[in-house]
Amino acid sequence: MARSGTSGELSPEQMNALGEAGNIGAGNASIALSQMVGKKVELSAPRANLLPLASVPGLAGGPEVPVAGIYMRIKGDCPGSILLLLERESALSLADVMIASSLSGAEDMAVRQSALEETGSILSGAYLNSLGELTGLFFKPSVPGFAMDMAGAILEHVLVDVAEFEDYVLVVETDFKISGQLIRGHLVLFPDQGALGAILERLGVPFG
Amino acid sequence: MGEVVSVGVAEMKFSDESGTLASYGLGSCVAVAMYDPLRKVGGLAHVMLPESRGTDSEEAPGKYANTAVSRLVEELVQLGAWRTGLRCKIVGGSQMFDIPGNNQRAANSPHTHIGARNVEGVKRELERLRIPLVGEDTGGNYGRSIKFNTSTGEVEVKSIYYGLASI
Repeated sequence: MARSGTSGELSPEQMNALGEAGNIGAGNASIALSQMVGKKVELSAPRANLLPLASVPGLAGGPEVPVAGIYMRIKGDCPGSILLLLERESALSLADVMIASSLSGAEDMAVRQSALEETGSILSGAYLNSLGELTGLFFKPSVPGFAMDMAGAILEHVLVDVAEFEDYVLVVETDFKISGQLIRGHLVLFPDQGALGAILERLGVPFG
Repeated sequence: MGEVVSVGVAEMKFSDESGTLASYGLGSCVAVAMYDPLRKVGGLAHVMLPESRGTDSEEAPGKYANTAVSRLVEELVQLGAWRTGLRCKIVGGSQMFDIPGNNQRAANSPHTHIGARNVEGVKRELERLRIPLVGEDTGGNYGRSIKFNTSTGEVEVKSIYYGLASI
């Protein structure tokens, strides 16, 4: 399987360590989101999975599901991508919650988009900060890009970053839910294949 | 239209008279639909990148424009298509995200205009192998799904913003 070798050989211990690291990041992110919207935020336990390319576009409920995607490229010690996915209705509700709590009363899409970009940036920032503290690695997210479209089309974009030479990609996923608002989201971390070794080493479960 | 078979990222599948092949949620990827309308066989590749720079192209010929097109031709001929009877339609190759102020990284990012480069890569191969391109719905900044009737060559394109179209 050529250069897919490294990721194809992750042990259960390594997968657990990645899930656990994600757990700490997700806890921090939920606090940030909860402060932002003034509501309780529930999070699922993060799951680390190695997925074949063809199944990645379906990971948010199906490739044709309409979603808002807030995407950041990560630079620094551990390059990768991070993506916040919200089903379309959840995205609109979340934007409205955000806008209502700020000065702007405007309802147009540009304002909603900006509110969602801000949400994505804060959530991902909180997540990556705690991952950085845990591992001692430096994660530097870009400003967010935004798209509202089919989930598959959005996830394909991220695949190009992380899977140029690979047949499998590692994803660390967390679902969250804001109580009372029917808002559901999906935060997904995609470490670049070359970056995986560095994270695993810092987590105490290095390759070989 | 019979059974609909999904062709995922980097995959390539074939069908005869009774079949429909589909790719859902195409973004920067390009769906390459090749068929021989008289012999009624067709194949669909879900191309992710313009060219293979690694060593995995043998494992996943559908992943790269420079391996997918020639493989489609070979396999279709094996399945009874005539080389001169082959026609092709392509769909996808959009740019889903445009990160503000991030264009500088362009030169060394695999992402820069990746959709457009996928389209170019496929067209270059089609030209090299002299396969006529008879239909195209590419570019833009939105996602598409397609259903490809391999016996007629009809391709139905669906998007959230523009609804249904046929090429």
